[in-house]
Amino acid sequence: MSERRAIAWFLRAYVAVVFAFVFAPIVASFVFSFNSDRFPTIPLGHFTLHWYETIFGDPDVWEAFGNSVLVSAVTSVIATLIGFCTAYTDFRYRFFGKGAYLGLALLPPTIPLVIMGLAMLALLSRTGMSGQLHSIIVAHVVLCAPFAMAIIRLRLAQMDPSLEAAAWNLGASEWRAMGAVILPFTRPAIVSALCLTAAVSFDEFAVAWFVSGLNKTVPVMILEILQGNVDPQINAIGTFVFVTSMTLVVIAQVLVMTREPRRA
Amino acid sequence: MPEPAAASEPLVVFDNVVKRFGDTVAVERMNLEIHKGEFLAIMGSSGCGKTTTLRMLAGLEKPSEGEVRLSGRRMNEVSAFERDTPMVWQTLALFPFLSVRRNVEFGLRMRGMNAGARRAKAIEWLERLGIAEFAERDVARLSGGQRQRVALARALVTEPEILLLDEPMSALDANLIVRMQGVLARLQRELGITFVYVTHSQSEAFAMADRVVIMSRGVIEQVGAPQTVYRHPANRFVAEFVGTNNLLSGTVTEVSDERLAIETPLGDFAAPVNPAREAVPGDRCTFVVSADRATLSSEAGGEGNELALTLISEEFVGSVVTLHLEAGNGEAFRVQKQQRELDSLALDVGARMWARWNVDDAFVLPAE
Repeated sequence: MSERRAIAWFLRAYVAVVFAFVFAPIVASFVFSFNSDRFPTIPLGHFTLHWYETIFGDPDVWEAFGNSVLVSAVTSVIATLIGFCTAYTDFRYRFFGKGAYLGLALLPPTIPLVIMGLAMLALLSRTGMSGQLHSIIVAHVVLCAPFAMAIIRLRLAQMDPSLEAAAWNLGASEWRAMGAVILPFTRPAIVSALCLTAAVSFDEFAVAWFVSGLNKTVPVMILEILQGNVDPQINAIGTFVFVTSMTLVVIAQVLVMTREPRRA
Repeated sequence: MPEPAAASEPLVVFDNVVKRFGDTVAVERMNLEIHKGEFLAIMGSSGCGKTTTLRMLAGLEKPSEGEVRLSGRRMNEVSAFERDTPMVWQTLALFPFLSVRRNVEFGLRMRGMNAGARRAKAIEWLERLGIAEFAERDVARLSGGQRQRVALARALVTEPEILLLDEPMSALDANLIVRMQGVLARLQRELGITFVYVTHSQSEAFAMADRVVIMSRGVIEQVGAPQTVYRHPANRFVAEFVGTNNLLSGTVTEVSDERLAIETPLGDFAAPVNPAREAVPGDRCTFVVSADRATLSSEAGGEGNELALTLISEEFVGSVVTLHLEAGNGEAFRVQKQQRELDSLALDVGARMWARWNVDDAFVLPAE
């Protein structure tokens, strides 16, 4: 009995250590972003918003932030649209090669980002599309669409297949049934996919770095600042980015867990 | 009448309809007429093609061969949403993201009726089915019986000529099924529209239907009134599927005006001649004795149709008792009685008993 208890305590401690390991840098970054000292040392100096004032006063930061917002917004819409179409074809139709179709649709996130970035750069520069904001969008859509598809597919799997047929049966054409039944049913998953793909795109560094050229997104800019010197501005930007993407991820997660209350 | 032929045609005609899915044949050359205003039940075990038949009528499946006609019009190429053949689904398929009222309004909304009119119409139907008080509720927060009524209201709100029901009661408990049977039968009489009801349950089919279609492996085995199907099964399949029939097979030894003498491994029996089946001595034939028509006694009578049996078990359902017995060659025989009719018998497992029945209670199957 006591042995079992010891194991339980050990496992709990282990989990605590793992979480501490994962979150400590983020917490440290958060804390130092409000610290007046130039170098991250303990004891701390006094509380300050100086670093936030600096970054919000820097036009480069604003430009990068604007780029990131634009890229992630457009990416999330396109990726979710593609993800929805893929998930729906999977739900609705049976066809030859469906396994391969699904495999291909889910493939991009399994490719190492560096390879993906290089391949994207090669393709886009050959087609004369590299170095622009839309290059990042194209690359991010490829990367994000599978996530959107997975989320929407999960939701469609919970749907009674006769629901759509019931709509046809009551006089809805296929397009109207799509609007009156499929979309309302999958709405939580669609919003969730929008948030999650936006978060992935907003954070994504490797591929963006390869294809962005002079149009920096926030993660690319962070790296460029870091290469120059150690600057507590980074902590302020990092905290800001972390809060933004966590908000999106949390919204996505809450919506994914929304289910119709089922009757027992 | 511009088209007298069409006017006199039944509401629904299945004309040599075949439905194949790949290599499997779901419905095999079906010919069936469904009349205006009748309550038709299509019955069979799972995979017999009954649901496929219903789905062809709703336009959810397309016949591989033959023609489905509705009011004389060929429907094969008419898509589901252009037909007025609403269906009550096995899962009910209520829209979980809409309120009760908006579920009922769905069909009217698709027909472009304005909001005020369709609201009034939906409320009218909810009242008719006694669930108007739940109009603004979430469908998920209703009981099974209430959900059933919502599904009915949603299908009937467009006032169709025909209503399709696909095992709508499979999720209800026994008490509720009996109540809903009453609701459905009354509704069908009041509205005077055609109901096509698919079920695997004999009690549901027989309780409500004017005519019953028995299907097996894509083929219609028999069509007729419940009484006819029950007392005069068309063949061995129907006799075994419907009711609790005892089947005895043998060779015809003698034919008189009204009687056949049949020699079976269990003894010689007499059965009335079936006008639908000509018999000459030497023919193989099978006759049925319904379990509720045989009587039991613990002593041999020595004459008439009598069969010696051994009691195997007793199955008690409410006031009716089914006794499972076994003949000398191991063949099963069942007798169904009211409990009080059995009071005088000692029902010990293994007891020797004799079943007896009137000649006219036997029925010679018209086909094997």
